[in-house]
Amino acid sequence: MSWIALARERPAGSLWPGGRPLVLGFALPALLLVVWQVICLARWLPPYILPSPVAVVERFATELADGRFGQDVWASLSRVLKGFFFGSAAGLAFGLLLGLSRWADRLLGPLFMAYRQIALFAWVPLLSMWFGGGETGKVAFVTLSAFAPVVVNTWRAIRAIPDPLNELGAVLTFNRLDHVSLIALPGALPGIATGLRSAMIYAWLATVGAELFLDIAPGMGGRLNEGRDKFEVDLMLVALVVLTGLGLLFSQAAALIERRLVRWRTR
Amino acid sequence: MNSHVGNQPAFEAIEFTPALEIDHVSKTFYVAGRNVEVLRNISLSVRPGEFVAIVGASGCGKSTLLRLVLGLDTDYEGDIRLEGERVRRPGLDRGMVFQEHRLLPWLTAAGNVAAALRRSGLPAPERARLVTEHLSLVGLGNFAHAWPAQLSGGMSQRVAIARALVNRPRFLLLDEPLGALDALTRLRLQDELSRIVQRENSTVLLVTHDVDEAVFLADRIVVLQPDPGRVSRIVNIDLDRRNRDRSAPAFLRLRDEVLDVLGVRRTAREAAA
Repeated sequence: MSWIALARERPAGSLWPGGRPLVLGFALPALLLVVWQVICLARWLPPYILPSPVAVVERFATELADGRFGQDVWASLSRVLKGFFFGSAAGLAFGLLLGLSRWADRLLGPLFMAYRQIALFAWVPLLSMWFGGGETGKVAFVTLSAFAPVVVNTWRAIRAIPDPLNELGAVLTFNRLDHVSLIALPGALPGIATGLRSAMIYAWLATVGAELFLDIAPGMGGRLNEGRDKFEVDLMLVALVVLTGLGLLFSQAAALIERRLVRWRTR
Repeated sequence: MNSHVGNQPAFEAIEFTPALEIDHVSKTFYVAGRNVEVLRNISLSVRPGEFVAIVGASGCGKSTLLRLVLGLDTDYEGDIRLEGERVRRPGLDRGMVFQEHRLLPWLTAAGNVAAALRRSGLPAPERARLVTEHLSLVGLGNFAHAWPAQLSGGMSQRVAIARALVNRPRFLLLDEPLGALDALTRLRLQDELSRIVQRENSTVLLVTHDVDEAVFLADRIVVLQPDPGRVSRIVNIDLDRRNRDRSAPAFLRLRDEVLDVLGVRRTAREAAA
């Protein structure tokens, strides 16, 4: 009983939002880990198909000792961050333009909606033609993937600001700048934060995709390819676990920042 | 106080330009394919410093009239003049309190009041001083840093009143400002509103459906009748504004007079009581 209460009382800003009991959240993964180890110990599957958790941890340790792994993580991270930065900055600007200007909405809105219908990975061949399969092409693809979610959420969030508040701006004789800084931007902030979070998810997706489909280069996707080519499932599993860990870390950081930004709402 | 009394004879002698002139105003909305006449031929002249209440059944165009005076809508027939000048757009000479407080949820109480000073052109220290002064005026000196989500309905509406007053507007426009509050809070805020308005000496236009509130606060009550909204009668409230007793016979007589004009029959009132 008491541990549930304790878990709920953890202050806002702790690792798991929503006050989910920490122990329950880890119970299922732990159980799966045990089942996995048992399957391997019982030799139900050959180790080259499914290496044991212990073997994966050992592989992780050798990779870390090698020193190359750090470079791979850093290579993927820098792609994600670059693409996320360029894509969301452009997305924010474009989303604000669509949300704030009726003309931009009418002129560019339909074009943007058409662009959204293109599946993300359909851009890969075109972008690799334009920017090459190297670093530039990869970052361009990540940038593109982070762009759309920020645009959509920013645009929608500004449109969703209640008319009475816009009218208040008129009563207080706000100019355009006052309106944006005091009403539109803060009012759209929760929506913009949602857009940035999904942009982060898309950026990860695109980074790994770019590393798998474009030229071979250091990075987590590269290690996945290497594992497949060399038939080293333990290496592939290490890469997947690291990707999961980094993804979780980013989404937690994003949630933390979001709570800080909209603290007027959460109290 | 003395200077006010001293000014009295001058007030009688000189012809003043009305602070607010509503001159044969009619307004028609185009709704769902047909024209709906909301206001017909409204004329009203308000003296500087006067408190005028507009009462009427819902749908008689009270709030529309206030929006026109505010300058949010300039598409109407007739003329609305503030100190002789036609209203073209909203201005800081008019402070407005809506029925819902309309505080910006991402700004603190002080931030919301300060937002009204954004276009005032005043230096920052002066703004800060005015914000503090007006929050104290509405009794929220200790709540400057509270978020709107942390304030009760009555407190939020006090912040909205402070926001409307902070520019020292010559006109205060109140659109059922206490309508959404519970009865006790409403009575308390009526007292405060009366005190504040006398202190600020602004010209006030109050839209309300609460006849007691109108009799308690106003110098004159304009009774509107609906479909389309037009002036039914203007009732002078010749009670001392500083000291009104809600249960005095004179007060009740005026209230009954207004209710009669509104068509609420005495028998019905007695049956309800």
